[in-house]
Amino acid sequence: MSLRILKPGILSTIQDLGRTGRRSLGINPNGAMDHTAMRLLNILLGNDENEAVLEMHFPAGEFVFGSECSFALAGADFSPTLNDVPIRNWSAIKAIPGDTLKFRERITGMRAYLSIAGGLEIPEWLGSKSTNLTAAAGGLKGRSLNAGDSIEFSTPHNTIKPRALGPSLIPKYSRFPTVRVIAGGEFDLLTAVSERSFLSGAFTLSNDSNRMGFRLGGEPLYVIDEIKMISAGVDFGTIQLLPDGQLIVLMADHQTSGGYPRIAGVITADLPLLAQLGPGDGVGFHLVSIDEAERSLLAFDRDVRFLNTGIRLTL
Amino acid sequence: MRIFPLGDSAATIEFGNEISHGLNDRAVALASHFTAAPFPGLIEAVPAYSSVSVFYDSVTVCREFPESKTSFSAVTSLVEKVMETIETATPGENRSVEIPIAILEDASPDLASICEFSRLHRDEVIDIFLAGTYRVYMLGFLPGFAYMGDVDERIAAPRLKTPRTKVPKGSIGIAGKQTGIYPLESPGGWNIIGRTDLNMFDPTSPEPCRLRPGDEVAFVLRSEI
Repeated sequence: MSLRILKPGILSTIQDLGRTGRRSLGINPNGAMDHTAMRLLNILLGNDENEAVLEMHFPAGEFVFGSECSFALAGADFSPTLNDVPIRNWSAIKAIPGDTLKFRERITGMRAYLSIAGGLEIPEWLGSKSTNLTAAAGGLKGRSLNAGDSIEFSTPHNTIKPRALGPSLIPKYSRFPTVRVIAGGEFDLLTAVSERSFLSGAFTLSNDSNRMGFRLGGEPLYVIDEIKMISAGVDFGTIQLLPDGQLIVLMADHQTSGGYPRIAGVITADLPLLAQLGPGDGVGFHLVSIDEAERSLLAFDRDVRFLNTGIRLTL
Repeated sequence: MRIFPLGDSAATIEFGNEISHGLNDRAVALASHFTAAPFPGLIEAVPAYSSVSVFYDSVTVCREFPESKTSFSAVTSLVEKVMETIETATPGENRSVEIPIAILEDASPDLASICEFSRLHRDEVIDIFLAGTYRVYMLGFLPGFAYMGDVDERIAAPRLKTPRTKVPKGSIGIAGKQTGIYPLESPGGWNIIGRTDLNMFDPTSPEPCRLRPGDEVAFVLRSEI
């Protein structure tokens, strides 16, 4: 009973970086919405980057520690407290049995992550600990957390020296980010006016925005020719044009195939900015080359490797 | 053949934009090739009706193919090389799978409307459906949901105008030239002609999905109204 769930929160699931290799079977990778927050959080605690974490939405849960450990929080700021004393994100903190973790209010972002130094004892399904809610498999019994659940830690009493992450690698979260995109397979089918609207417009997340995808509201977009798309591949960050002229951005729990025109794809480096948005937030799109997208991805990967090396030297 | 980025961590190779055996053969062949002989950095190759999406780790591909300007261009070159050899290759072994189908009052809620669409008697509709062999073009929508075809055009009823909020697990449906089996209870807009009690998706199994792209499926009547 390393961690007891008193209140589960509105949607709390175990996630890692995703379950790859099974898209051909209609089994989507799922995984954390904000990969960057998750990776940085794990590195801070000396974990493998892919160590399973708890992804939480707001209202978040209430937890009681049953074992001594070091933990940290990242991503959204839900105003966390330990024994009613405010604590910070991005900071490794020690907990002893009986300590209570709560979240008072949502300050910024939509998904907060909790990781434990040494990781969580969660069985793998097809090589991953991510939760697949559709398949009802993976994570904690294929579902979100319920009151009364408990989660075990892989290495109890694994405490580390307190330390915190500096701001330089933390994404510049915003409630109205501009995210960089690469043109999609059907981008050229947009009318000239629609292309301008897409790249200069402001889009707002509708209430129909969740882990499967974000429905955006904005200037309706049109394609030059009536095209009949058949189901084809999509990915996390693919932006599709729906028949009503509005856009949907596919997120972590997207289905493995889609039959709507693919206008663009959000670059990996900017997915974390998107992942922290919720209904009512805004987003704008900026077109970049595949070259720039890859360079951003590689640059971040390099920074993360340096951080990892640096932290391990201090363990 | 068109190759374009699907974001910065995948490439889509499109052979056409229609549902045809020829185009699907190429898609399944290319995906199978990469699955059997992965390049460094490949995560997976996923066939769709007439295209393949290749997912890769850009960091690894960049490192392993330093002469390429981008990972995407490295993957494009690899695909082009492979396509030269695939054109002349013999098609792979496709599995034949039999699926028992029960056609019963509560298991076949749309049989009547398929009869209405086709203006054929129930027995004729059932015979036509059972006579077909359906290839699995791709999986998607749900874990283990196989898009199969082609359904005889006489009974190729279009999707329901209003999808059902709940289609029972194992339901077998028709949507135009496509047929599919719902591996889980789910919302759905296909015309339900029958049901199978065979488990199409079992997460506890090391091979969780019964069908995969390239399979040839035949339905065998198990019981009838």
